[in-house]
Amino acid sequence: MDLLLEGFSQALTPTNLLFAVIGVLLGTAVGVLPGIGPAMTVALLLPVTYNVEPASALIMFAGIYYGGMYGGSTTSILLNTPGESSSVITALEGNKMAKAGRASQALATAAIGSFIAGTIGTVLLVALAPQIGPLVVQLGAPSYFAILLLALLAVTVVLGSSKLRGFASLFLGLTVGLVGTSTGQPRLTFGQGQLADGIEVVVVAVAIFALGEALWVAAHLRRKPLEIIPVGQPWMSKKDWRRSWGPWLRGTAYGFPFGALPAGGAEVPTFLSYVTERKLSKHPEEFGHGAIEGVAGPEAANNASAAGTLLPMLALGLPTTATAAVILVAFESYGLQPGPQFMSANPTLVWALLASLFIANTLLLVINLPMAPLWAKLLQIPRPYLYAGILFFASLGAYAANFSAFDLAVLLVFGLLGFAMRRFGIPVLPLIIGVILGPRLESQLAEALAISQGDLGTLWSEPVAIVCYLIIALLVAWTIINVVRPASRREQDATPTSETREGANL
Amino acid sequence: MTTTTPPARAGTSTTRKVVDTAQYGFAGFLALVGAYTVYDASGIEPGFADQALHPATFPYVFGVVLIGLGIALAVATARGDVAEAEEGEDIDLTTGTDLRTVGLLVLVFVVNIALIDWLGWAITGAFLFAASARVLGSRHPVRDVAIGVALSVGTFYGFYVGLGIPMPAGILDGIL
Repeated sequence: MDLLLEGFSQALTPTNLLFAVIGVLLGTAVGVLPGIGPAMTVALLLPVTYNVEPASALIMFAGIYYGGMYGGSTTSILLNTPGESSSVITALEGNKMAKAGRASQALATAAIGSFIAGTIGTVLLVALAPQIGPLVVQLGAPSYFAILLLALLAVTVVLGSSKLRGFASLFLGLTVGLVGTSTGQPRLTFGQGQLADGIEVVVVAVAIFALGEALWVAAHLRRKPLEIIPVGQPWMSKKDWRRSWGPWLRGTAYGFPFGALPAGGAEVPTFLSYVTERKLSKHPEEFGHGAIEGVAGPEAANNASAAGTLLPMLALGLPTTATAAVILVAFESYGLQPGPQFMSANPTLVWALLASLFIANTLLLVINLPMAPLWAKLLQIPRPYLYAGILFFASLGAYAANFSAFDLAVLLVFGLLGFAMRRFGIPVLPLIIGVILGPRLESQLAEALAISQGDLGTLWSEPVAIVCYLIIALLVAWTIINVVRPASRREQDATPTSETREGANL
Repeated sequence: MTTTTPPARAGTSTTRKVVDTAQYGFAGFLALVGAYTVYDASGIEPGFADQALHPATFPYVFGVVLIGLGIALAVATARGDVAEAEEGEDIDLTTGTDLRTVGLLVLVFVVNIALIDWLGWAITGAFLFAASARVLGSRHPVRDVAIGVALSVGTFYGFYVGLGIPMPAGILDGIL
């Protein structure tokens, strides 16, 4: 508790408060703006880590993360085109509400629900993080290796529809992570001295998220303007409050644990929340025509999952979402390595970050409720400028890493890869996670084998490692069953999901 | 046989296969990356004698798996597997891929890479923005250049004043 108060005193300095405000505003703006998400924004802002204090930069990034989660809902509700996968479910009922003239209530329940879920999620994070820290420190290299393996596998097979494409992405990322020098010898450097230290993760992240996306959109730019529903001041009646608070709490209960799981993310809990609310609702007939519960629950779930994501990231150094992955890159560019010992070694920083999450959440509510009409106006920014701006800042971000034209060439190459991945339906998250975790996978295995003097048996010598391998075995079995399952069964199963998908893409 | 089966549209596996030939290219790319990784690994020495993990082990594993994935993707493609292209707010997948725009943007990028050391970010950044906006459909050249210059000079001083990092000024060295 003292630590948390100290964290607040750190986070509430004028400078850090300013960074929190900037982060929240930027995060909401990019959440609202089509084409840019929080992961891309943090990636584009990585240059600030070269000269801004770690605490300030991380506070800003946390604000962007929370803000982006919230901002995405505005687009879903007003445009029915969810930019973030976490907002797909929100669009189902949210846009129907907006069309029925209840945009204000939809935005309000999303904002307040996000605030409540974010706050509860952060409380859980504050309560759990110090408990997990000491446990994690005891893990040896074999356990850590198994956890990394599990995380890589989970991110690849649980998300996305095509496992084959998930693995293609993962192994491309792992291979990119090989580039550099090992035991004094160059690996995959193509004889280029500039690659001897490996490829800058910053450049890869900016290329895949920002450049790849911008090129992809450029190839398919919608020529006719989208229809935007005008919106007034968000507000809710007493009845709306009564119908919202249950979904908010249940959504939070789904969101946090899923966010904390290695492949959790926000997609599964938002969907579960939606299904639950539809079952529990006293107005099931309204679902599909704009039921407020269908907005309140999923919105709470996605913000709670954002808080949950930070738990494995701080305690284990495991990123489970794209944004968390890029924030981890930011930590690393400060020479900080989240994971065992991180929290006990950097208590001031960690607690300032945790405190700033409460502040970011409160700022979001204060700023966003009155500013909703203004955010909606952002949607009208001319697309050529929006995407030219993304290309501009992507180049700046990559160039600023070393001021070398070579990095810009690397940016272009990976940008084209990002473009191709979007064309061929290859998910980008496994690649980024692979680039970040690949080198650690290798170093943990090397360490484990060095201690055991080459005896492979050491890999399953720790209980945590054994548990991980069991889960891995289950995941593999589940994947295989899914792949070989007769096509007829699969079609039956697919019917309800294809229905929801149609709804989302209307 | 194609004319007789309109209702079975839902299950692509039973109707006539649509082969996404471009996907063979990506499968080939995967296999190529894998093959090069294996080739590169073959030249790596064990390093230190007492080292338990050979520095070529991971490259060998990743390379072989990538080759396997490339083959698997090629097989899946031949069987009629079609990619689910990514959707988004500003994306209209009903029209074809506009490769001309992408090609021009890549060209703008290459020009930027070629000239940045000589002209400096303040100039090439402005060009990058204005040219990209033009390619993307903006029809206000003067405004595009004005915004581009404002952005590039602004970020140049932003880095210098705000972050304390002097960016290479290129040809404008001494003026900026």
